[in-house]
Amino acid sequence: MAKIVDRASGLGPAETPDYVVLRERYAAKAAARKLRRGPGSGAVDRTLSDVPLKALYESADVAHLDLARDLGVPGEFPYTRGIHPNMYRERLWTMRQFAGFGNATQTNERYHFLLAQGQQGLSVAFDMPTLMGYDSDHAKSRGEVGKCGVAIDSIRDMETLFAGIDMGAITTSMTINGPAAIALAQYIVAAENKGVPRAKLGGTLQADILKEYIAQKEWIFPPRPHVRIIVDMMRFCRDEMPLWNTISVSGYHIREAGSTAAQELAFTLADGFAYVEAALADGMHIDSFAPRLSFFFNAHIDFFEEIAKYRAARRIYARRMRDKYGAQDPRSWQLRFHTQTAGCSATAQQPENNIVRVAYEALAAVLGGTQSLHTNSMDEVMALPTEKSVEIALRTQQVLAYETNVTNVVDPLGGSYFVEALTDAMEQQAEHYFEKIAEFGGVIEAIEAGYFQSEIADASYRYQRSLEVKDRVIVGVNAFEHETQEMPPDLLKIGREIEAAQAGAVQAVRAERDAAAVERTLAALRRACRSDENVMPRLIDAVRAYATEGEIVDAMVEVFGRYSERAAF
Amino acid sequence: MSERPLRIIIAKAGLDGHDRGAKVIARALRDAGMEVIYTGLFQTPEQIVQTAIQEDADGVGLSILSGAHMTLFPLVVEQLAAQGAADIVFFGGGTIPADDAAELKRLGVREIFTPGAPLANIIRFVEAECGKRRELVG
Repeated sequence: MAKIVDRASGLGPAETPDYVVLRERYAAKAAARKLRRGPGSGAVDRTLSDVPLKALYESADVAHLDLARDLGVPGEFPYTRGIHPNMYRERLWTMRQFAGFGNATQTNERYHFLLAQGQQGLSVAFDMPTLMGYDSDHAKSRGEVGKCGVAIDSIRDMETLFAGIDMGAITTSMTINGPAAIALAQYIVAAENKGVPRAKLGGTLQADILKEYIAQKEWIFPPRPHVRIIVDMMRFCRDEMPLWNTISVSGYHIREAGSTAAQELAFTLADGFAYVEAALADGMHIDSFAPRLSFFFNAHIDFFEEIAKYRAARRIYARRMRDKYGAQDPRSWQLRFHTQTAGCSATAQQPENNIVRVAYEALAAVLGGTQSLHTNSMDEVMALPTEKSVEIALRTQQVLAYETNVTNVVDPLGGSYFVEALTDAMEQQAEHYFEKIAEFGGVIEAIEAGYFQSEIADASYRYQRSLEVKDRVIVGVNAFEHETQEMPPDLLKIGREIEAAQAGAVQAVRAERDAAAVERTLAALRRACRSDENVMPRLIDAVRAYATEGEIVDAMVEVFGRYSERAAF
Repeated sequence: MSERPLRIIIAKAGLDGHDRGAKVIARALRDAGMEVIYTGLFQTPEQIVQTAIQEDADGVGLSILSGAHMTLFPLVVEQLAAQGAADIVFFGGGTIPADDAAELKRLGVREIFTPGAPLANIIRFVEAECGKRRELVG
């Protein structure tokens, strides 16, 4: 016998006896019918992340939620409905396409193209040697230079990267983690050389090292010394760069590595709170740095689950920042995030279908209230995007922003029985993961125990198995396949001559500079690393003296050591 | 006749940290009854071949998603030959466009499995090719 719900503070209307009759009839009819069979039908009753789903959601499913406490209004704690009162009615999300390849000149051209096509912010993709702290002429860089991003060896490259771009007028996101502090120093020096003071620089540094050990694997130093470097950056930016987002605490990569949406949500927030705790332990006042923390989530293909994830993220973050960490500035409670559509949802088979996937994923990100968005290009399963394919990706955002009218109403799905129930379910799942992490003693301890890595490996294997038995479908891959595989004929290719030229260029930088000055700055940097002196000013000095990224990293490795992972699958 | 299981090295080379696919394949091969050694990240071609020889491997699967495949795959082929281990079945996968895959196969990589390749196909391939090698080599 169904119970009648009459809690006045629930999100739905109180159920009347008339409604109960209808519901019982619905339940009987729905149960009597056969569900669809065939590919993909094995997963009708759960989300992509195996969160259980009902056929229908009703006011009873949200009766336990409180209108003011759990839903609230946009622009007010707990921000479930959005961090600003008007959201996109006032200002659209920033269209910020991640880009970089070859050398700084080529990437600079791509930036000019993207800005001319209507992009509003820049986002730098670096190559593997730069990400891992090796100069282009290092033995470990062979075959890798310029392949998955732009090669930046010294300040000279960073200046070329922004040639003809007003660094005081545009915001830049830099996706770099191990050597992030060096990239920030290079960005500052490049801007100052162009007459733009550091206090005017707006942008974001990814810098989120904890997720590297967990998922992206682009580390250099071990966790504890690296968290110290991050706190140094947070202090430096608090004092000298008020417009700069010091970290982009990321779930994107955790999801790409194979986690579920709930794991992405929980592990990302746990990492964020770990940085908060590190800064607090170092004596920083929470409201002095928290407003400049930012986040980065994945937009995967399970439409409603992603929307619920973003809304749950805002609510969880606001509650902990205010009630656990004692932040008083409302800006410290607001989770601001960038989103990227899921690279791992894209296919090599029938690549044009990726355009469709990206459109749905972008829509989820916008209905979830993202502040900034990157849409993948259809050819990115196999290569970096061509001009044509990245233009389509940008137009996808523009059609969404200017034609669909979803921007006209704030949090349009708010109050939906399903979306609110799912938001709550995601929050509950995240809390469960927070408890597990606490059992290890914290994020770093859980990393050392391999907890996140094994959760992610298990989730990704489960997902792959579900594809193998066709419980889940990927169109063009395990259903609706073509006989032969095709890729767009024009893929972007990075020639080997880029590597040779870049190696020559960095050698020229080393030959032409004042070697004694480099030595002095590196010695000062090592001293700062060994003491509790903030490393940022020493990094800036070294960058100015034309120390290369590899040389700076080597100096820091001398003090901090190198991390290595225990291989497990 | 008792047959010791096939021994497969799953390797990641160069600076590429994308290990999702490599780990899934390692597990799938293990679940299919093979012994799998996962090298972990950032291996050089020399290290991979050394591991393969030390572990008496039947096959080596290399995963590269960094775009460095046209440098690193041929170096492994070269090393296997230089160490007298060209009979080891060398295969791989990653973000490898069709024309590059064709070139790599021409150079001696036995097969390239790109995104979307069913695990069943990979398992079948490894069993067949490494089985053949066993018959020849013992």
